[in-house]
Amino acid sequence: MATSEYVDDPNQRPPVIGAKEEGGAGPRRRDFLNIAAVSFAGVGAAAVVVPLVNQMNPSADVLALASIEVDLSKIAEGSGIKVAWRKQPVFVRRLTAKEVSEANAVPVGELRDPETLAQRTKPGKENWLITMAVCTHLGCVPLGVTPGENRGDFGGYFCPCHGSQYDTAGRIRKGPAPKNLQVPEYAFKSASVVQIG
Amino acid sequence: MSFPWAENYEPKHPLMKWMDAKLPLPRLVYNAVGAGYPVPRNLNYFWNFGVLAGVALTIQIVTGIVLAMHFASNSDMAFTSVEGIMRDVNGGWLLRYMHMNGASMFFIVVYIHIFRGLFYGSYKAPREMVWLLGVVIFLLMMATAFMGYVLPWGQMSFWGAQVITGFFSAIPILGDPIHTWLLGGFAPDNAALNRFFSLHYLLPFVIAGVIVLHIWALHIPGSGNPTGVDVKGPQDTVPFHPYYTAKDGFGVGVFMIVFAILLFFYPNYLGHPDNYIQANPLSTPAHIVPEWYFWPFYAILRAFTVNWFWIPAKLWGVLAMFSSILLLFFLPWLDNSPVRSANYRPAYRIAFWVLVVDVLILGWIGKSPAEEPYVRIGQVAAMYYFAHFLLIVPIIAMVEKTKPLPNSISESVLHGEAEEAAPIGVGSAH
Repeated sequence: MATSEYVDDPNQRPPVIGAKEEGGAGPRRRDFLNIAAVSFAGVGAAAVVVPLVNQMNPSADVLALASIEVDLSKIAEGSGIKVAWRKQPVFVRRLTAKEVSEANAVPVGELRDPETLAQRTKPGKENWLITMAVCTHLGCVPLGVTPGENRGDFGGYFCPCHGSQYDTAGRIRKGPAPKNLQVPEYAFKSASVVQIG
Repeated sequence: MSFPWAENYEPKHPLMKWMDAKLPLPRLVYNAVGAGYPVPRNLNYFWNFGVLAGVALTIQIVTGIVLAMHFASNSDMAFTSVEGIMRDVNGGWLLRYMHMNGASMFFIVVYIHIFRGLFYGSYKAPREMVWLLGVVIFLLMMATAFMGYVLPWGQMSFWGAQVITGFFSAIPILGDPIHTWLLGGFAPDNAALNRFFSLHYLLPFVIAGVIVLHIWALHIPGSGNPTGVDVKGPQDTVPFHPYYTAKDGFGVGVFMIVFAILLFFYPNYLGHPDNYIQANPLSTPAHIVPEWYFWPFYAILRAFTVNWFWIPAKLWGVLAMFSSILLLFFLPWLDNSPVRSANYRPAYRIAFWVLVVDVLILGWIGKSPAEEPYVRIGQVAAMYYFAHFLLIVPIIAMVEKTKPLPNSISESVLHGEAEEAAPIGVGSAH
């Protein structure tokens, strides 16, 4: 009697989702509406999270500082300068012939992050080592861009924070840093001007 | 909450009766920190430090709110505005020194509170949830303190931010995008400073919320006590007010004296002079150290200098540092000894004090440069830290022969009083 009335009016059935063989009477229209409404609200809430998370990414003005030009004419052999690019320091260093040959003499297979000097510089410009001045360990600025600073055991760079040592190709040789000093994107605009970024 | 013999709140004044019927807030306070909360009668002064931590948080919130009225959260102005607070704002030097040293006091008090919990087994059943919430508060405190230290935008602020956000770049594959996302740039700058300020203002209130949960969870089983023996009846407890409000009041007095000495005579003793140099993204200070309360964890971070298996040293360090704290979440289940108080656990008592020394050594290593012999000592001390929780404590819990516990709190207390009250030579004879 009462059960037969449920069958006649699906919205008067008990709120059971499931097929008849599972003991339920099958979904009601109200079940469909509930699920549809909650799902829609869920999608809406998830959509609101996107801008809330994305606002944390670098803003347009931060990204706009994307390229700089550096004058190389005043850099003496064996020395270098630090320039700021995207608010981060970059080493522009002019290697001596001895430093170039030291870097080339290292067997690449023995390195923690195997790369040759040629892979880290531009063809014909192997004496211009341009790398980020950001230690790949925890981001300190290594010492050694000018000859007066501590260059570590490998003649390249020495990070004062946790003692990472880089060679004359800016490759990690000793200490906690996992990677070589990162080489930014750059191109020679002329013999004495380089554009970073 | 708590015990059936707790005093019942009975408002007498008609206004209080009216209030009790509409919003029983006075009743809540009465039952939480008034006469309605029965507390073991034998608490020693180490039980003051929870209240002292609350006092320290209040000092930080009050001074922080007024400092925010004078601070400019912009990378061009932050350093100058903090100098302005120190020189130009009326009483600004005092407020800033209170906030700076208040943070140190907060950590001193919380570290004693944590070690109190370790000694007396406060993390054990039935108070595991109290301990877990406490670890959450500790993590929130560390995040808040770190972000606060960045705000003056000095050299240590900047390079601390660089190094600490650098932890996240150790995550495989996603590390660099996460690092950039956290900073809102490729290095700490205006975006990072602003979000740190926003969160530094928010998190203390989150801490206050978790403290409410911490106290709520504590008041369900009731406070522990130095014997670790459960409360058995009304003779074992006294009402929180006036007994422990008075005792805590004395503790607050001592706290204030220590705070005042630090504040007025050594305001920069726990700071770092490099932070009075404006942030310079092109030059790293020769020796970066975090604030003293992070030294032990910094030492664990730096204990890993070589790659192990396929995991780079950098990731090992970061994992070890985070797990050194996350480990505390598992402590209630690592220590299975049924006896809570180290007073009745001769082996654990020794292990406890060795851990205290080990953490002090880690702190000393964290402040020292990354050179030998500090690196090696730090590695041994870091290894011992993990061994304490993962090996020593579980093994002690299995093999230790504990001392007999007193029958009840009141017996342990009154026994002593009978001895003292008796004439010489009579009391000990019984």
